[in-house]
Amino acid sequence: MNKQEQQGMTIIVKTVTRLTFGLILLYGAYIVLHGHVSPGGGFAGGVIIALAFINLMLAFGRDVTLKKISKGSTSFFESVGAILFFGIALLGFIGGCFFLNILPKGAPFRLFSAGIIPFCNIAIMLKVGAGIFAIFLALVLLETEAKERK
Amino acid sequence: MILYLLCLVLFSLGIYCTVRKRNIIKIIVGIMILEYSVNLFFALIAYKENGRAPIYSETQDILNMVDPLPHALVLTAIVIGLATTALLVAIAIKIYEKYGTFDITKIRELRG
Amino acid sequence: MIRPYDIIPFFVIIPLGGAFIISLIGKKVKWFPDVAGTFATLALMIISVLSVWIVNKYGMQVYNVGGWKIPLGIGMVLDGFTCFMLVTVNLVAFLITLFSVNYMNRYTSKWLFYALFLLMLTGMNGVIVTGDMFNLFVFLEIASVSSFALVAFGTEKYELEAAFKYAIMSSVGSAFILLGIIFLYSYTSTLNMADMAGVLMQKGQGNIILLVSVLFLMGFGLKAALVPFHAWLPDAHPSAPAPISAMLSGILIKTLGIYTLCRLFFNVLGATQPILSILMFMGILSMLAGVFLAIGQWDFKRLLAYHSISQIGYVVLGIGIGTPLGILGGLFHLFNHSIFKSLLFLNSGAIEYAIETRDLKLMGGLSEKMPITSKTSLIASLSIAGIPPFNGFWSKLIIIAACVQAEHYIYAALAIVGSILTLASFMKVQKYAFYEKVQELTAKAKEAPVFMCVSMILFAILCAFTGLLLAPTVKGLFLDLSVKALTVGTGYARLVFGAL
Repeated sequence: MNKQEQQGMTIIVKTVTRLTFGLILLYGAYIVLHGHVSPGGGFAGGVIIALAFINLMLAFGRDVTLKKISKGSTSFFESVGAILFFGIALLGFIGGCFFLNILPKGAPFRLFSAGIIPFCNIAIMLKVGAGIFAIFLALVLLETEAKERK
Repeated sequence: MILYLLCLVLFSLGIYCTVRKRNIIKIIVGIMILEYSVNLFFALIAYKENGRAPIYSETQDILNMVDPLPHALVLTAIVIGLATTALLVAIAIKIYEKYGTFDITKIRELRG
Repeated sequence: MIRPYDIIPFFVIIPLGGAFIISLIGKKVKWFPDVAGTFATLALMIISVLSVWIVNKYGMQVYNVGGWKIPLGIGMVLDGFTCFMLVTVNLVAFLITLFSVNYMNRYTSKWLFYALFLLMLTGMNGVIVTGDMFNLFVFLEIASVSSFALVAFGTEKYELEAAFKYAIMSSVGSAFILLGIIFLYSYTSTLNMADMAGVLMQKGQGNIILLVSVLFLMGFGLKAALVPFHAWLPDAHPSAPAPISAMLSGILIKTLGIYTLCRLFFNVLGATQPILSILMFMGILSMLAGVFLAIGQWDFKRLLAYHSISQIGYVVLGIGIGTPLGILGGLFHLFNHSIFKSLLFLNSGAIEYAIETRDLKLMGGLSEKMPITSKTSLIASLSIAGIPPFNGFWSKLIIIAACVQAEHYIYAALAIVGSILTLASFMKVQKYAFYEKVQELTAKAKEAPVFMCVSMILFAILCAFTGLLLAPTVKGLFLDLSVKALTVGTGYARLVFGAL
């Protein structure tokens, strides 16, 4: 308990982070799901979700965050996002062409419209969010390894 | 016109940083400035006189929009820049671990 | 039903899917990366040979990705030059994957190597197949960034330093290329290569095309390691693991540098005489600088890297002559160089696997310890020096004959001088590495494991018999297609819109 209190930042930062973590995730999900109606889309939403987790790591320190999301699960989500995007592109072969838009397109400005684009946005969100968090995690772990070797 | 000249100033600043600085981190910052100046130039050439943002909405007509294609391409180029920078920073951290310094005049194992 | 152009997206789908699946499963299942990598590259090699047959039978093919017709969407184009480069890249990639099944046992995390390798192959195949300018840039960057990570794969001291230098210089080159693409887009307001060629023919060449040509020469010249921009190559190619050195030297600098230069200068911008003269001059400079700097080297792979610079100079000289015979010589030399240079780098990898050093002074007498390596290395050295009947001789003969035919006598004489110095350099390598007395380091050398030997023998067979590609009927099937695709110039636009 003592070691956890010494890592990370002060208690004010920790409380505020705990309160805003869910709100940041909600905002990122909103930007991803409305990607075909308003500006944003998969990449921007993925970056916001990754920033929520990076916020958590900065406020609470490395060990607490790694217990919640391990390195293995980050790699797993990254690969799942890539394979999902790739699978959606391959499904276009049913319609005859690579990457064809095969789902019904609906009326503009509705949430359920524009064919495969919302699913592509979700796949990109998984890949980009996990990818940026994995880059940050790799840099933090590189520093830890360097310190341990000294 | 003066916006494009400022882009050129940023570009030459990026090349100066890459070529003249001795610290590895400053060279990486120079590469980032170089790439961002090219992206900025790309987004700026899309402008038309009295154009508005190219967002399709129910209430406004599809008139007078600036060119939307460079905006999409700049997004891709920014992501590519991010990937390159992340890899460069990881290589720089490992170089510090192996050589003990960030000074490129001292990192000269390969010669000839 | 399957139309002949449906095969085109598979050149990007197969390695990309392979890379993603290997990164998911490869950590847990130990044998999966080898099998998946080998089968993926084997499939790619088979469909690349199939694509040559398709272009012969049906003509140029155009594929609209996502159903959007060009110039609204991204197009993928399969013509003679494309299928020539596809065969080069995928054949060499398959043989190198066979080699690396055994070689990469020395390194940890073999799954990471295969994932990055297949990503680099995706980037290269994408550059060759695409018909859209910005798509070319994206695939170029995919291949480049994967190759930075692969050069730094072993994370030793010198590998990291070489990867850093390579990454910085390559990023500057990419910034120049992007700037050139931006200027072209703002002048022609389209991104499709065929449409751009059509618009440039109508609008005429303004001053901005001169700026774009210079920017492209600098950017792509840096990727191809032509002489003022070659400084990254002697550090990056020796430091990488041996299969990656073979990939980089054998196909990456040709795909990202020479293919894009030819495609953009001949088919889109129009090859004017000043540009061709500059290309010829840079070719001669590269040839001589590479060969003179290589003579004093004692590190085996560094010597091979300098010879890469020199042989790329031959290719650019041949292409810069501009006549059909010159382009034939240049492209044939590109194909031959992929084969014998990859074989030489794989030989150095086999020697490094056996005795853990690359210094020529410490080797000696390997010809009785490692017979297969020494015989294949002899074949490759004779090829690169241009001794008949191996393949290097035919392509160099065509380039020199084209120089004489276009009345550039000085260039022809310098090319012959370069060839003689290459022969001298490789005689030195053969003497010091294979035919001196056995030293203490080489006494315990054993022959290389199975897959490495199989790969080297297949490369040597290709070296010996590729000269037959110049036989009259075979030439019409394979090499002439690529020469025709380049010499048609800006008629490329009309052909693509005709094949829609």
